[in-house]
Amino acid sequence: MGNDILVLVEHHEGAVHDSAAELLGKARELAQAAGGEAVAVLLHDGSAPALAEGLPADRVLSVQHATFEHFLPEAYVTAIAALLAEREPRLTLIANTTVGMELAGALSARTRTPLAAYCIGLELDGDTVVATSQVFGGKLHAEVELGSGIASVVAGAFPPAEAGGTPPVEELAAPAGLDGLHMRFLRRIEPEVADVDITAEELLVSVGRGIGGEENIELAQELADALGGVVSASRPVADAGWLPKTRQVGKSGRKVKPKLYIACGISGAPEHLEGMRDAELIIAINTDEKAPIFDVAHVGTTEDLFDVLPALTERIEAAAKVA
Amino acid sequence: MHIVVPMKQTVDLVEELELNDEGTDVEREYLKFVANEWDEQALEEALLLKEATGASVTVVGLDEADVDQTLYAAVAKGADRAVKLTGDFEGGITSHQRASILAQVVQGLDADLVLIGVQSPEDLDGQTGVLLAGTLGLPHVSVAIGVEPHEGGIKVSQEFGAGVVHEIAVDGPAVIGIQAARQAPRYVAISRIRQAMQAGGLEERDAPEPAEEGSPLKVRRLFAPEVTSQAEMLSGDAEDVAERLAQLIADRGLIKA
Amino acid sequence: MLIIAAAEETREVFQGLETWEKALFYALAAVSTGVFALGFARRVRKYRRGRPSPVRYRGIPRRLWSAVARILAQATVRRGRRNGLVAVAHGAVMWGFIALLIGTTILSIDVEVVRLFWGEDSSFFDGPFYLTYSVLLDVLGLAFVAGVVALGLRRRSRPPTLDYTRAQEPASGYDRSPMRRGDWLFVGLLLGLGLTGFLGEALRIRATDFPDHEVWSPVGWVLAHGVGTLGIGAGAAGDLQHATWWVHGLMALGFVALIPFTKAMHVVLDVANVALTDPLAARRLPPAPAAQDGGPAPNPGILTAQDLTWKELLSLDACTKCGRCHSVCPANAAGAPLSPRDVILDLRQWVDAGAGIPAVLDREARGSCTGPLGASAMDVAGGVIPQETLWACTTCMACVEACPVGIEHVPTIVGMRRQLVDAGDVEPMLQQTLQHVAQQGNSFGKSSRMRARWTKGLDFKIPDARKEPVDLLWFVGDFASFDERSQDVSRRVATILHEAGVSFGLLYEGERNAGNDVRRVGEEGLFELLVEQNLDAFSGAEFQAIFTTDPHSLNTLRNEYPEFGEMRPVEHYTELLVRLIDEGVLQVAEPTGARVTYHDPCYLARYNGVTDAPRRLLRAAGAELVEMPRNGKDTFCCGAGGGRIWMDDSGLAERPSEQRIKEAMALGGLDAFVVSCPKDLAMYSDAARTVGAPFEVLEITALLERALRRPEPVAAGTPEPEEVQA
Repeated sequence: MGNDILVLVEHHEGAVHDSAAELLGKARELAQAAGGEAVAVLLHDGSAPALAEGLPADRVLSVQHATFEHFLPEAYVTAIAALLAEREPRLTLIANTTVGMELAGALSARTRTPLAAYCIGLELDGDTVVATSQVFGGKLHAEVELGSGIASVVAGAFPPAEAGGTPPVEELAAPAGLDGLHMRFLRRIEPEVADVDITAEELLVSVGRGIGGEENIELAQELADALGGVVSASRPVADAGWLPKTRQVGKSGRKVKPKLYIACGISGAPEHLEGMRDAELIIAINTDEKAPIFDVAHVGTTEDLFDVLPALTERIEAAAKVA
Repeated sequence: MHIVVPMKQTVDLVEELELNDEGTDVEREYLKFVANEWDEQALEEALLLKEATGASVTVVGLDEADVDQTLYAAVAKGADRAVKLTGDFEGGITSHQRASILAQVVQGLDADLVLIGVQSPEDLDGQTGVLLAGTLGLPHVSVAIGVEPHEGGIKVSQEFGAGVVHEIAVDGPAVIGIQAARQAPRYVAISRIRQAMQAGGLEERDAPEPAEEGSPLKVRRLFAPEVTSQAEMLSGDAEDVAERLAQLIADRGLIKA
Repeated sequence: MLIIAAAEETREVFQGLETWEKALFYALAAVSTGVFALGFARRVRKYRRGRPSPVRYRGIPRRLWSAVARILAQATVRRGRRNGLVAVAHGAVMWGFIALLIGTTILSIDVEVVRLFWGEDSSFFDGPFYLTYSVLLDVLGLAFVAGVVALGLRRRSRPPTLDYTRAQEPASGYDRSPMRRGDWLFVGLLLGLGLTGFLGEALRIRATDFPDHEVWSPVGWVLAHGVGTLGIGAGAAGDLQHATWWVHGLMALGFVALIPFTKAMHVVLDVANVALTDPLAARRLPPAPAAQDGGPAPNPGILTAQDLTWKELLSLDACTKCGRCHSVCPANAAGAPLSPRDVILDLRQWVDAGAGIPAVLDREARGSCTGPLGASAMDVAGGVIPQETLWACTTCMACVEACPVGIEHVPTIVGMRRQLVDAGDVEPMLQQTLQHVAQQGNSFGKSSRMRARWTKGLDFKIPDARKEPVDLLWFVGDFASFDERSQDVSRRVATILHEAGVSFGLLYEGERNAGNDVRRVGEEGLFELLVEQNLDAFSGAEFQAIFTTDPHSLNTLRNEYPEFGEMRPVEHYTELLVRLIDEGVLQVAEPTGARVTYHDPCYLARYNGVTDAPRRLLRAAGAELVEMPRNGKDTFCCGAGGGRIWMDDSGLAERPSEQRIKEAMALGGLDAFVVSCPKDLAMYSDAARTVGAPFEVLEITALLERALRRPEPVAAGTPEPEEVQA
């Protein structure tokens, strides 16, 4: 076993995913302490040669093959499993995205190495890697020991590293087994064009399950109108069809960073927090005082949103007239 | 086509979670367990496939608290077979152990397709589905939001962030981690579950021993997360709260004329 | 039978008719009677195909007599607001019709029995009997005609109750003008019968040159003189009478033949339907049908025509389209696609089509074979009656109470809902709620251990009835336990009772949702499960009686639970508080003097007749009560019942709760709108805010508490120091 920390670099449509800088930053820190290198692993089809540029890594391992044109789970697993078997890194970091959910477990099973999922903290305690993970929907955290192995990391857990120069790139041959795959990429479907782009809005009034029903979205809409913002939603609301999918904030929706985010009846599942925790001012209205949304909110209240929203709308409207 | 849907009983998150004396796990004895909501999605997707193709559906559950209820509910919804794997699981088991047990069972059941919830609230050491696929060496697609018949195999819709979806064709046996079924899981009337219970027909068999793990995770401790950014909690009635929020928003210069 | 001697005062029955004419008439009468009998035989056969009904047969003679008495007094027609004049007119028609029917029967006994067997001389149709007969029939006949004219004029003025516009608009459009024509045919036939009867009488009197004794037929006498002034001679009058006799006779025979196929059937069926009403209809829903020995499992609800009970099938036929259910229905008033009347009419038309029973005009036409025109193989629930119609019902029971002919709409609607639930056709929000109730035992999806969390704010501990004996067990209910606004109410009620020294306790996490609304949603299996769990909890506690703050829980605990196990008496907290005041345990120190109105919860007032206790509480609190037009048993639903509170109400034009707040606003100068149901507190607080009502919505003990105790000397509106800083 070596002391390198491997980071799988996720990229789509020629652009490196935000998670790479976050993971590589942590990898550098751990590698320095362990006396190894932070190694970025890049699987690609050669169509975007600039992917490795600026990656904050000590070294890049690049594997090129036509099947890597799009993310194809089986191809990725095959290639990285082979690479891990060969390189025996101390730790492999994978973002807890769809890609990461696909790879972390598969690699753990294939290479018989332990896996710490939903990681939000990683430290070296002597020779031992200690990971902190979210469990039970984020209600509890677990501190686990990981001799070596894999960690799938929740987005935003670590600050992104600054982009540097281009690290040395080591081209590796594609492993065997990429031709007899059992799956085929068919097509990529882009989301419908949104009526509004919530990532571009400065003021969001966001509604969750606590809004109760489609008819109550009006209350949030009125506040948003008064503020000159728009209404966004958490996954349950979008799934119920009360608002279009394009208004969904969170891991499977959009990541937003508005000046003001008013979370109404949103409990704050980790997937949702991931999409909005960077908002400049977060106001949470939720009757459950233990809701995790209050962990990221700057200001909160447990008053009933059906009372607070109309009262707030009224005041904003009055203030807007004066202003 | 034979579809196997492993169903997991997981801690009901509406309950207050208390830790055991060692602080390494939740106190399971007093907790209420419900079917993992993602497994319910997987079951729904399996039933939709059954309706479309005439596939047969077998649900498999470990003998965890209230698993009978979950398995019979699945039968009442339309699953053809329900298998309960008996053994002592009261202390909880890891995803790796669960995957190892299921791998042996799924092989015995001659499954063409395994649909399983993409995750559960207790996946500290990874998600069962992808571990199961890795153990069996089967192809796997995670975060699926649709599984449909396609040219003799299946077509899986895999969801990425920001609403991007990939469609992937998969041949031969595979494990699919379901994020959401194409429609919300159907409701099954309690009387139907009770009828299924009265009819019985749960196949019980001993759970196989899980394979040894090379170097398992060691849990040092579990703890309630510290509040990272303590929100300033406003009290008073709704009018007071609204007043102060309005002031706060105004102070930030966010009110437009 | 007393046969009196032949006298002068009589008339020829078949005056001027040839023998062949008499024969023809008898033949036609036979045909008409045959059609009548056949029509009803078909209907009876249809009822016999229905499921057994849970209707109770005990005391049928007494109930029949009571029904006859109520109908003769037009009690059911008079019921409700502004129905007095209608009842008078309808009563005149009914009494006149009965009198004429009896008159005709007496005459036919005289002609076809007495004279036939004992000879012409034995007729009793003469002398004082004839004169009494004449005057009675003339007066009642006049009342009959006047009643028909009055009702006809009312119908022509198109009152909203008689507007047949559907609540649920089928995509293909529809035409109900045949129904209107059918009604006019009925009205026209009645009027025609009355008028030709009098005309015939007048012509006869003219033709017989005004015999003196005919002054005892006053209407005929006056009309005969009118005929005389028209210059019609005795001979011409005789000819005209002959023709009129035929017109009248054919009309009568036609009418008899039409009875089983028109609106007129109500005159035959409705006595039975009123007699068979269940005093606990809707209050206690029937259990799901059990499988017959060895037979297949029956449908758990109403899926096919055979799943309707024979009583339900009879009730469909009893409907007269009076539209009272339609006009009192809160769902209909809110613009939801439900009208109880349409449900009944649709079912009737569809069932009759399947049973091969034709309707004369009284039916709807459509451009497509949907709803009542659907194939007989169509599902009832979700097919003949659309899902959105069934889910719109709040089970407020206003329709059942308003129906003058004893139709019980709510159990039929719930029966259809049961089928939808069984098929899993449940909207997402409701599905989630039912899952919460099944898993956590409450509709809020909170941990059952949080049920008694509201007691945390009290400075005393409420006894756990499972651990120590108490006099009264408080069944709190979901809303009062988990809804924040209602938690304040619960704490207030607890404090009042505690300070009054009442021995009461809770089941804490042992209490489950009582299941009233779960049952009315149609989830019978879940209801049974909840009953088992609650009965189990009751049996593990020691108490004398139950009280509850929730009228919905009250209804099922009081009316339905006894069918499943032993139950103690159950009362509403307003009843308990009134008793405590009567006993002097609670004493009013300071009358509030507030001007308030009070909203009767459906499940308290209409379902359980509790209207007095809350009013007495208000009086005790020194409040001035101003009643809304719809009060007591005539209350108007807030829109939350029957599980509606768990469903999406975004499609409504105007929510019932908002209409109700406006009704209260029209009273003027109110300080408060008082409620005595946790769901009402939630519904009306929201509605009052939406509408912008100038009064507050108060739960009744909020007012009572002010009267019981002096308010704390805290100056309202003065902020605490740290609040100023924040």
